[in-house]
Amino acid sequence: MPEDRQFCTFLVDGLYFGIEVLQVQEVIRFQEMTRVPLASPVIKGLINLRGQIVTAIDLRRGLELADRPAGSLPMNVVVRTGDGAVSLLVDEIGDVVNVEPDTFERPPETLSGIARELISGVYKLKERLLLVMDTEKAVSLSGVAA
Amino acid sequence: MAELDDLVKEFLVESSENLDRLDQDFVALEKDATARDRLASIFRTIHTIKGTCGFLGLSKLESVTHVGESLLSKLRDGEMTATSDIISGLLAMVDAVREILASIESAGNEGNGDYTKIIANLTRLKDAAQGAVAPAAPAVPAAVAPAAPVAPAEAPTPDEHAGQAELDAPAAIAKAAGGDSGKSSDSPASGSANSAIRVDVGLLDKLMNLVGELVLARNQILQFSATLESATLTGSTQRLNLITTELQEGVMKTRMQPIGNVWSKFPRIVRDLAQLCGKQVRVEMEGRETELDKTIIEAIKDPLTHIIRNSVDHGIETPERRRTAGKKEEGRLYLRAFHEGGQVNIEIIDDGGGVPLDRVKAKAMERGLVSAEQAAKMTEREVLNLLFLPGFSTAEKITNVSGRGVGLDVVKTNIEKIGGTVDLQSKLGEGTTLRIRIPLTLAIIPALVITSGGDRFAIPQVSLLELVRLEPEQARKGVESIRGTPVYRLRGNLLPLVYLNKELRTDSADKKGDGTVNIVVLQADERQFGLVVDEINDTEEIVVKPLGKFFKGLTTFAGATIMGDGRVALILDVMGLAQKSNVVSDNKDRSVHEMESRTKDAGTSRQAMLLFRISDTRRMAIPLSLVARLEEFPRSAIEHSGGQAVMQYRGQIMPLISLSEALADTRLRLASPTQPDMQTGDTIQVIVYTKNDVSIGLVVDRIMDIVEECLNVQRTIVRPGVLGSAVIEKKVTELLDVESVIRTILPQAIEHADAKAA
Repeated sequence: MPEDRQFCTFLVDGLYFGIEVLQVQEVIRFQEMTRVPLASPVIKGLINLRGQIVTAIDLRRGLELADRPAGSLPMNVVVRTGDGAVSLLVDEIGDVVNVEPDTFERPPETLSGIARELISGVYKLKERLLLVMDTEKAVSLSGVAA
Repeated sequence: MAELDDLVKEFLVESSENLDRLDQDFVALEKDATARDRLASIFRTIHTIKGTCGFLGLSKLESVTHVGESLLSKLRDGEMTATSDIISGLLAMVDAVREILASIESAGNEGNGDYTKIIANLTRLKDAAQGAVAPAAPAVPAAVAPAAPVAPAEAPTPDEHAGQAELDAPAAIAKAAGGDSGKSSDSPASGSANSAIRVDVGLLDKLMNLVGELVLARNQILQFSATLESATLTGSTQRLNLITTELQEGVMKTRMQPIGNVWSKFPRIVRDLAQLCGKQVRVEMEGRETELDKTIIEAIKDPLTHIIRNSVDHGIETPERRRTAGKKEEGRLYLRAFHEGGQVNIEIIDDGGGVPLDRVKAKAMERGLVSAEQAAKMTEREVLNLLFLPGFSTAEKITNVSGRGVGLDVVKTNIEKIGGTVDLQSKLGEGTTLRIRIPLTLAIIPALVITSGGDRFAIPQVSLLELVRLEPEQARKGVESIRGTPVYRLRGNLLPLVYLNKELRTDSADKKGDGTVNIVVLQADERQFGLVVDEINDTEEIVVKPLGKFFKGLTTFAGATIMGDGRVALILDVMGLAQKSNVVSDNKDRSVHEMESRTKDAGTSRQAMLLFRISDTRRMAIPLSLVARLEEFPRSAIEHSGGQAVMQYRGQIMPLISLSEALADTRLRLASPTQPDMQTGDTIQVIVYTKNDVSIGLVVDRIMDIVEECLNVQRTIVRPGVLGSAVIEKKVTELLDVESVIRTILPQAIEHADAKAA
């Protein structure tokens, strides 16, 4: 059976998310961003990642949460996707955690809305729940609205 | 198995290169049947293909090439000379070989084409010669051995060939170019030129990308070093700068290909086409070595072929007609390529009949593209531009060559897609010149950097025409508005203004600004428009990077780039922006009008019409070019002077004419001076007409719109002051005869104006 998996964890408006480390290219601090007028509001802007132009998607907006309070800067979780690197903007970066496969559970049926789309499952950690983010879905969020 | 696949692949690549050269060789051979070195080269190519077929077990291909080879060996050994028949036969063979190769490439087998006819024909040709000369037929395989030394020997022993191989200049160039590419693909054992290697295009693309990154990094370092005062840093930055520039040039060169690679196909195309049309055409080329980026070469291949076909089919006349016109029977198609100002110019010149302007006009009217009146006034250039409209063809009958109406418009669109321009010049009876200008490369482009709403944007320089800066004082006067649509008068022509911050729905930083207006005049399609931006910064070489799939729906941006300070800036798509702001509509008619009004002075442009209403119900229109300004005044501003309603306007006394009274349905009131309409509202709308600095205000009920229409004026309802009627926007509209109205009501004003002019 599958072995322990490692997740890169982060917080978005108090929600504890994880993305499998293999999908994460890197985590970087806040970067200057160039906004893209007329684009979907989910797209926060473009950042220059060592000469590569990477689209930054605000997960708060993606999850239809309130905007980040003024003055607090988001962190970039750069994930690899089918269409190159994409940065997910999150509030705070957590540790890399090991999870045991048997603590996994499908998201409850009562979960609705956009969260249902993005959360592919839940790991029941000792002290809290780790929500597994479906990166491909998160990334495709932005395309629809545009 | 994989090894064999590789072998086949290499064979295909090599053969297709060789075949391209063959076409040129054959056409040259037709001109000079004794060019033995060419024969040798053709023979070798066919022989190589045949040899490899045997090895790869491609029996069909082998049988076709075998008989060709036998015939060629006779030609080469001088046992017979190449007649037009023989060349046609051999060309048919080359086509057959191509067909089989294509089938191998796509289907993996030789296909089921039947080539027995070709083989029989070639055998007949060969035997015919044998009967006539009847020497001992040399054993075919044995002929291979002497074949190889012929070409290499050619250079060191010029005396041997000098006499017989007096090839005309372009053919010689063709040979040089052909020989070049040929050497690398000849059997590797000959090792004549190992100075060239094949490189995967993907690798070159990657290199190009990396150099792009380097250029960006260099820009950043340059900016950074300027802030620090360190001699060592400045020194090494300068070196970095130089090396990067050189590297950039070098890598760009690796992607460059001579345009001759595309041209090499043309002699054959022209030959076939000329035979089909019963014409004689000679192709000359200059500047085959002119280099272009590979992607651009690919992009212009089809448009060029199309133009060439057009020239032969439409341009060059039949031998009889040429003789009557006192020209040489053989038409001349001249291809020229050269670099100029960072761009590549390609000219396709024929000495044919030129474009018959009358027929173009007639055709355009027949298709409803222009009205008779418009056509009568069009300049030569405008008529020629009609050829680029979709669905246009002057060919009287549809041949399988051209005349289907998918023509120059596609050529133009394709060329413009890569940032190029097409220009046509023609002289009746003397020929036509088509000039294409294209950028050297697409990856790194010069751009203008501007600021709007606090963000920087890059605008590709190709669409940039000029920059206009209006000081606050000028801006208040200069930027006028037609029913809320801002326009600016640029040297007498109305330039629609587009505010970038409004289009992008960003806040403009201009609010706190001093009211200065910066206008970037841009060209989109055939139209010009002014883009109002907050600030114009600088020009810079930028590396274009595509935007991801997230921005597919955004037509306003062509991509993004990284600026010197490391931040990302968006590249504006001028065409997309123009479409978004409705500067360019889908209606192609508008572009014709625009062409016309742009090339003529404003006084004669009649397509843009100002629509207004008088007496509540009468729709009227006057050419916008006659309108100096549109104004709205409080009714209280009307004064009277000697029974005439006047108004103080820009330091002058401007007489007012109420059009509803002047054109009242009864008759023109010749005697009594008119009074502006006093019934409704407390403002009046005035069309200011100016002639030689004398302004006259025409008072109307309401200014409605500005439209651009094909005017089809009907003079059935002629009244004083009305030129006639036309259907504008599906409603019958009267056309105002401004001069006659003024002349009737204010004769002294016109006299005054005329006197001023004199």
